[in-house]
Amino acid sequence: MSVTLTRNERQFANFISIIIFAFGVFLAAAGGNDPLSVHGFIIIAVGIAGFFFTADALYKPEPTEERLSYYYDEPIKAGVVLSMAWAVFAMFMGVWVASQLAWPNLAFEGAWSSFGRLRPVHTTGVIFGFGGNALIATSFHVVQRTSRARLPDQLSPWFVLVGYNLFCILAVTGYFIGITQSKEYAEPEWYADILLVIVWVTYFVLYLRTIARRKEPHIYVANWYYMAFILVVAILHVVNNIAIPVSLGHAKSYTAWAGVQDAMVQWWYGHNAVAFFLTAGFLGMLYYYLPVRAQRPIFSYRLSILSFWGITFFYMWAGSHHLHYTALPHWVQTLGMTFSVMLLVPSWASAGNALMTLNGAWGRVRDDATLRFIMIAAVFYGLSTFEGSFMAIRPVNALSHYTDWTVGHVHGGALGWVAMITFGAFYTLVPSLWRRERMYSAALVEVHFWLALAGTLVYVFAMWNSGIIQGLMWRTYTEEGSLAYSFLDSLVAMYPYYIARAFGGLLFLLGTIVGAYNIWMTIKAAPLAVPRKSDVPYSDAVAVPGE
Amino acid sequence: MGIEERDPVSGRKTTGHEWNGIKELDTPVPRGVLIFLIVTHVFAVICWFLLPAWPLGSTFTKGILETDQREIVEEKLVRAAAERASWMERIESATLKEIQADEQLMSIVNSTGHQLFGDNCAACHGVDGKGRANYPDLTDEDWLWGGSLDAIANTMRVGINTDHPEAQFAIMPSFGRDGILDRDQVRSAAAYVYSLSNPDYSTADNIDRIATGRNVYLSSCASCHGEDARGSQRVGAPNLTDQYWIYGGDLQTIVTSVHGGRQGHMPTWDERLTEAEIKILTLYVNSLQVEDP
Repeated sequence: MSVTLTRNERQFANFISIIIFAFGVFLAAAGGNDPLSVHGFIIIAVGIAGFFFTADALYKPEPTEERLSYYYDEPIKAGVVLSMAWAVFAMFMGVWVASQLAWPNLAFEGAWSSFGRLRPVHTTGVIFGFGGNALIATSFHVVQRTSRARLPDQLSPWFVLVGYNLFCILAVTGYFIGITQSKEYAEPEWYADILLVIVWVTYFVLYLRTIARRKEPHIYVANWYYMAFILVVAILHVVNNIAIPVSLGHAKSYTAWAGVQDAMVQWWYGHNAVAFFLTAGFLGMLYYYLPVRAQRPIFSYRLSILSFWGITFFYMWAGSHHLHYTALPHWVQTLGMTFSVMLLVPSWASAGNALMTLNGAWGRVRDDATLRFIMIAAVFYGLSTFEGSFMAIRPVNALSHYTDWTVGHVHGGALGWVAMITFGAFYTLVPSLWRRERMYSAALVEVHFWLALAGTLVYVFAMWNSGIIQGLMWRTYTEEGSLAYSFLDSLVAMYPYYIARAFGGLLFLLGTIVGAYNIWMTIKAAPLAVPRKSDVPYSDAVAVPGE
Repeated sequence: MGIEERDPVSGRKTTGHEWNGIKELDTPVPRGVLIFLIVTHVFAVICWFLLPAWPLGSTFTKGILETDQREIVEEKLVRAAAERASWMERIESATLKEIQADEQLMSIVNSTGHQLFGDNCAACHGVDGKGRANYPDLTDEDWLWGGSLDAIANTMRVGINTDHPEAQFAIMPSFGRDGILDRDQVRSAAAYVYSLSNPDYSTADNIDRIATGRNVYLSSCASCHGEDARGSQRVGAPNLTDQYWIYGGDLQTIVTSVHGGRQGHMPTWDERLTEAEIKILTLYVNSLQVEDP
């Protein structure tokens, strides 16, 4: 890594490591007996590791100017490996928490292994660890190739990647020791949030700088989506996390928002995290790896425009559907519901655009598990967005809200759409990045595909059943007008579905492990002598040295 | 670059752009998408006219239907109460014995009681009322504070060891930990108590210890549990001679109980449940008792 940096960059990286170290020392000292000091020590460790890593390379020879005629792929490789590592870890946590719901005794002594702490480890690990690293890695890959421009420097992508993973580690370790601001998908506390702001601004600037250096007259659709993802996530993150720490020596902080406004800000954040992190970002992925893998042109450019602006505009209004039948004023709920219904059109237009792109390549879908991953992802994207709009309709939500149906919906999206498109992208990306002829084993990709598909189907069917049964049991009255079931009765009824769900999750995890092994073996294989043409910028457009 | 081509599969032209091999077709937006777009927008606009929807400074558009979720919930609650009024009023006015004699009311008690018990009592006493470690079984004939209908209703109302003004208190001191009895006395007393429900334990080897324990028992335990150790429902002291144990009836657990004392807790329900609900639950709990244990 560090030998690909110029001397200036190494010095600057060294300097940043010292700042990180100092920041860690400050938190560790100010924290005292507060759990904050644990995070101080973790940051110190990262600072020290960064310092020695960069200091070691400080006086090694600089990379030659020749590097500028290639794309900068080193951080992408690290991002792919990190993403798969997070996937295995966080999906294992998912299987564990799912099993705890069926068998509550599957916990150790001590609070750290209780459901309430493990569940955010799973969600953060999967969404931010696995999904976030995949987005960062693929965005670096896509932006360079569709712009035919190398990333503008070598340090910023590493800063983004390392800083982002430090944020994820602070988040996950924090949950184990009880640090959380209790906002779903925004649990990390103020100091981790500040770190992420710095990282994210660097990321956005880096992306814009690369786009600005492009050798193409037009900006490809995938980049629109990646930019929307980066920009909006920054806005969401900042607004939802405005908080006052108890003191600089405490991990705990209090949010600036109160009451129903707090709930509304949280779900404006939460829903748009789904929209711009889990949808827009991964649509960026789809728009690159689908046409590349299918070797087909995108079905309709005009449909892409309609979908993009529809998705970015309508999603922003839809968050209030998470708060139907609450203290939130009725009119806000009506707006959330109607915008969610209108949102279905651009969502389906995207899914349709993806599937229509496969016209002329269905033979390849049959033969190539990687392309099948991408195709199934588009199908699940269509299903989940329909389900989401449907569940946002108030009377439907009256049945579905607070039940496992929501959990099933989320996993239809997370497993079926987000994870499948990521695996499809990785299986396309990995051989290109490491200059291998193909994946280590096509058969293992096939095994992974079927495990993932079977796991997803078992999972969502279990949750649809259990969710609808729950919802109906909670609203069933006897002839005399009393509730027919107690809450416990509904829990007892869930038991078989919880076992099925844990089993579905286990299948999905096994698939991911197979995928991680396959990727690892591909990395270890011998590289091609000559890089693919698509992995080198056009020779007549070699990046200008010194830029 | 920048040259439009015709795609052989679809027959469409490309837009003429190309990004690292990726091209786009210039396909117009399908008619179905446009119709769908119109349908969803019409749906939204109709909703905006009918329902409260758009903010207007400090107020909002009320909608033609003038609905409001608060009013809807209030109306539903009134309607639900009206549906239940026919039998609810009878339960409110009748005594427990009268309800018990009324077959029709008792069938309502049983169906309504199931949900009330599940949501309020089952967390400790179990769905079937059989209790579990540290929580008493409600289906046997052994009662701490009395098993009559009135006694059950009263315990439900004021709880055990609560801050209710009429609370029932039953606190067993920690004889060993607080130094009231020495180690040997604790063990002897426990051996005596154990022997009461386990006659086989009174062997020649143990008889001296049991005799010593009986003396300890009479001076330290009998005031609550009674000289005959059959307990007292007046002070909530359990019967020590039967096979029903809350914390466990093996020798080691009895030693632990004598050493560390015991104080159970049952919350008060008179503020959380209505008078009628307590009546329903009383009769429901009463009905859980096994006829022939």
